[in-house]
This record gives sequence, structure tokens and C-alpha cells, in this order.
Amino acid sequence: MKIAFTTKGIDWDSIIDARFGRTDFIVLYDEESERLTSVDNRDIEGVAHGAGPQTAQKLFDLSPDVLITGNGPGGNAAEVLQRAHLKIYTGAANMTVKQAYEAYKKGSLSLFE
Amino acid sequence: MKEIVVISGKGGTGKTSITASFTVLGAPTLVAADCDVDAADMHLLLKPDMAIREDFYSGEVAVIDPSACIGCGRCAQVCHFNAISRRGRTYEIDSLACEGCGYCSRVCPTRAISNHPEKAGQLFVSTTRVGCTMVHAKLGIGSDNSGKLVAEVKKRAKALAEQQGKELVLVDGSPGIGCPVVSSLSGASFVVLVTEPTVSGLHDLQRVCELIEKFKIPSGCIINKSDINPEMTEKIVTYLDSQHITLLAVLPYDESVSRAMIAEKTIVEYEQESPIKDQLKNAWHRLGDFLNK
Amino acid sequence: MGDIVIASGKGGTGKTTLSTNLAALLAETESVVLVDLDVEEPNSGLFIRGTETSREIKYKQIPQWDSSACTLCGLCQRVCNFHALIKLGKEIMIFPQLCHGCYACSDLCPVEALPMVPVRMGETRRFDLDKLVFIESRLDIGEEQAVPLIAQTKGYVKDTFASYKYRIYDAPPGTSCPVIEAARSADLVILVTEPTPFGLNDLKLAVETIRQMGNPFGVVINRYGVGNDSVDQYCETEHIPVLARLPNDRRAAELYSRGQRIYTELPAFRSELEKVADYIKKLSESKR
Repeated sequence: MKIAFTTKGIDWDSIIDARFGRTDFIVLYDEESERLTSVDNRDIEGVAHGAGPQTAQKLFDLSPDVLITGNGPGGNAAEVLQRAHLKIYTGAANMTVKQAYEAYKKGSLSLFE
Repeated sequence: MKEIVVISGKGGTGKTSITASFTVLGAPTLVAADCDVDAADMHLLLKPDMAIREDFYSGEVAVIDPSACIGCGRCAQVCHFNAISRRGRTYEIDSLACEGCGYCSRVCPTRAISNHPEKAGQLFVSTTRVGCTMVHAKLGIGSDNSGKLVAEVKKRAKALAEQQGKELVLVDGSPGIGCPVVSSLSGASFVVLVTEPTVSGLHDLQRVCELIEKFKIPSGCIINKSDINPEMTEKIVTYLDSQHITLLAVLPYDESVSRAMIAEKTIVEYEQESPIKDQLKNAWHRLGDFLNK
Repeated sequence: MGDIVIASGKGGTGKTTLSTNLAALLAETESVVLVDLDVEEPNSGLFIRGTETSREIKYKQIPQWDSSACTLCGLCQRVCNFHALIKLGKEIMIFPQLCHGCYACSDLCPVEALPMVPVRMGETRRFDLDKLVFIESRLDIGEEQAVPLIAQTKGYVKDTFASYKYRIYDAPPGTSCPVIEAARSADLVILVTEPTPFGLNDLKLAVETIRQMGNPFGVVINRYGVGNDSVDQYCETEHIPVLARLPNDRRAAELYSRGQRIYTELPAFRSELEKVADYIKKLSESKR
């Protein structure tokens, strides 16, 4: 499975970004190949309105199976993510990517509906 | 580091006065962020010094170069905002009416129209009269608040809190339920909802609660001017209970709030006795307890 | 001359108090239409009791995706400056709340796969009283763009009531886009404020905005007596005409909270209000 995280950095020690639409980075972990890759989302800063869908579009192109984030996407972004058919887990704010992944595996994150 | 965000479904509920009071009560421990850029009261009560000022850009505005314009009028034909009119032999754009859609520049046969980043306002980093730092902004004429501006204000506030070793960022959030509010709420550790007992007050509270519920952020509510409509206050209390939202305070309508404002003080600093003072102090303590859990 | 807009830097200063009472006073002798342009939260209707004579749904134009014609070239997303359209896989998603109705995507689509279609955004209602016509426009809940409804309402009023002597518009509070749309091409803008530090601060913002727009304007100070004279001083320094000073009177607030007219009950209020009416009449005569 491919797991995506909204983060403030690009490695396992980076902190999860609580925001979705304006997250600094998207980190992608491929469980099969055990590879960690990332996408820089910081240009979203220049977007006044509609940041959520823009970021959701980037995520869509990465086709993850799971998204782990802090609070969750706002209305418009959530609509886009529905088409991506992925499971969204929230409650990972302030954790590192590693901690968030472990929490997800343990089932201690909340499913976003 | 924690973030408390104070919001209300719509303006006029007393949110800003309450946030300013909390800022005074918690000054040594926090950095304040005023994301409600359409409301001026917060900075009037806290007297920020605007030591750092930066221009803030958002959106675009189109400009016609008269020397390249051949007066064909294609631009005016496609503009749906009545922003383009003829002036002598060429056309010109009313920058206040221009929405920055860029359509005109795409159809101009001589490329006489260019799009410029629009200065939407200014961002300030200040020290308030109670000693803490406040990040705030002033919008330019005709500019609207946006998720981008809110995000920028919060980002600066958080960075400064980290620098200063403060554990808390207190955010005066944007009204409504659109982009700026989502941006205000993202990353919040606790949300304080300020409402008043009117039909529209309850309605807006419900809409905002839907959003907070999705984000799963713990929240508490302050009912302001509660005695102007006791039945409605009851309805709100019942609703809050059903949503598991803590009732932080029920404040009566009190003229001393206005008098304090005229004296340019928050109600918690005002000399005269007021039932609101103690309730707000209690609410602030309870907030502290929640965050320390 | 006949389009008068009542505005203020922020809500709660007494815009609606002035617009409803002024409209009623002028209607005693002339044909008047009062228009509530605070489309997100119109409340002038609380003070106007008339018979509803018409109700119309108002529409905004939003692009609609025709999947059968679309070639997924993605041009639409590229030309939208508001990020209201995205191409996601084999679908074009549209976010109506972000759309400003510029028509760029629709007109520029090479295969006409994005026709603009009307989507409901709100309603306009007309009420007839014996001497006054009242028009109220209300944005549907969840609609974020006020400007199109304000613009459409003004267009309707200008066409339908061109022969009326006065058209009074109660603008939304603040100084952003909706207010600018409401105040555009007004013959007179009246800024309502209160004599406190907040009132003064918000008045300055409103003055800055109206000055840039270029309309003639004046100030009405409401709740006169509740604060200090900083607003008077500011207006004097800036050579801004103060048209009236409505007295601070608890009874006025009570009448207002019950939805009643104030000037008919309080003579002190009436005499100040008449100053505003006189100013308007003089302005109207001088423009002939």
C-alpha cells in the first residue's frame, strides 16, 4: 500500500503538517518497496483561494491508498479526494512521520468521514 | 505549542472583544494572531506598534498599455465586471472593478494588457501594549480576506511563538464558513465559539460546528448577550450539549463593555465591576486546563 | 440624481436605522424605493411592513461540464485564475463557490464543452407599502459571492424605478468588494458612524474607500452624545459635511429593537433626519 502524509519536511523525522490544503510537503511511503519520496507543495502559499483542491489534485496524481494528516481537508478538497478513493486518517498532528505511521498501523488514528 | 482559535459564524457577536480580553489575561504566555482582518477592534484595544510592516500580495489586476492599444474593444466585450471602458482612442481598466480573471489579456490582439500582482494589503508584526507580540493585517480598498492571508498571519505567529519560547498562539479567527475560516481552523488545538442568542446566531453556530466536527477539534462555547433572549439561549445550550461542546461562559448583555471600549480597555482591565469580568477569567482558566491535559 | 447609498465602515453603526427612517420620511412627499443590498444578512425588512408583490429567483452563471464533448485538453484549468476548475483524471471538476463568473473557461474551450448555465444564488422580493416600495435581495445560505446579486439588483432597480425621485440603497457593512459594487455610481454616499474611537477608525477606512471611488459623500453621526467629539473634529479637518447628528436615546434603540419607526416618535430624531432630507433635496435641485 502507498501511504501519503501531509508534512513539514521530507523524512521520517519530519513533523506532520496539521493542515491539508496548505501543507508544506506531501510525503509518500510505498510499503512494498519501502521507499520514501516527497512532493514540495510550498508554492501553494501564493494561492489565495482554492488551495485545498490544488493540493488534492497533486495527491490524486500520486494515487496513494491512504492519507494521514492532522485535521483533515476542508469542503472543496474533500470533494476532490473522494474521487481518489483513498482512506483518510486524522489526528496525527505534531507526530513525526514515523510516529504517525506507527499510530496508523496500531489503529489509533481516526478515520475521516 | 498549542493554538486556540476564536471564531463566530458571523461578525458582531463580541468575538473580538473576548479575544482581546484573553490576550490581556494570557499576555506573558502567548503570541496573538488577528486573522479577522475586516474587523478593526482588536488593534484598537491592544495598541500594536506596527514595528514591522510588509506588503502583502494576492490576486492580480489587469492594466492596458495605451501605446500598444489599438482601440478594438475586444477586452471590453469579454469583461463581465464592467471594468473596461473607452477613453478617447484607447481603452482603460478600472482597477477597483477588475476582478483579476485575466480573460481580457488573453484576447487582446496586440498583447497590450498585462496582469500585475495586486497589493492586497499589509502585514504587521507588532508589540502590543500588554507586552506580547501580535501579528495582524490591514486590507487594501476593495480587497477581500483570503485563506492565503490567514495562513500567512498564522504562520508568522507560530514562528514567532517558537522563537520566543511561548507555548500558545491565540487566533482571532475569520467569520463565516469559507476559505478563511478553514484556514483559521487548520492546526487548532482548541476552538472557542462565540455566539449570541438570535435565530441567525444559532444557525451560524450549527454551520460552524459541522466544520469543527469534521476536523475533530475539541471546542467550547461562549454565549454572549445571553439575556436578550433567554429562550434562544436555552436552545443553544441544548444544542451544545448534544454536540459535546463545553459551555465555557454565558455572558449577560453589559453596557460596561462599550464604556470599556471607549476608554480603550478590554473589559477585564476596566475598573468598574462587571459580571462579565469574572466569567471571562474563569473561561480563560478552564481553557488553560484543557490545553494542559 | 436620485441614487443614494447608505454605508458604514463596519456593521452595527446604524445604517439600517438611517436608511429605513430616511426612506419613510422622503416617501411622505416623493416617490421612493428602498433597496436592501446587504444580501448576506438583509434586515431592513424587519422595519418595513408591506405586501409582498413579487418574488424572483436570481441566478449566477456557472460553467457546466459536458463530458461528451470534452477532449480533456485542460485549457479550462489553465485559464481559470481562481482555481475553480480542475482536471482530475478523466473528469473536470468545478467548484461553484470559487467561480467568479468571468466566462473565460467557457468561451475559450475549443470544443464548447463548458457552457455557462444559470445556477440559483438567491432571491429578490418586492414589497409595496402605501407610499414606499421596498426591494430586498437575499443570498442563499452557502453562497459566498455577494457581488453578482448586488449588481443584478441594482440593474433591476435602475430599470424598474427610473421614474422614481429617490432610490435609497442600504449597503452591506465594511469596505470590500460588495460595498464597492453597491456604492458604484451613487449620486451621494452617506457614511454612518458613531462618535467613539471605533466609529472614527472605521469611518476613516470608509472615507478612504469612497474617496478612491469618487462619489460625493457626507457623514451622519448616530448615537450622538455616547462618546466624544473626535468624529466631528475629523470631519471638520477633512472638510467632510456632517449631514446630521442623530441623538443617543435609549428610546430610539427600543423602537429599533421592536422594528418600529423612530422619527415619528422622537421629535429630536426627526429634526436631525430632516436635515439629511433637506441636503438631499438641495443636491437634487442643484443637479438639474
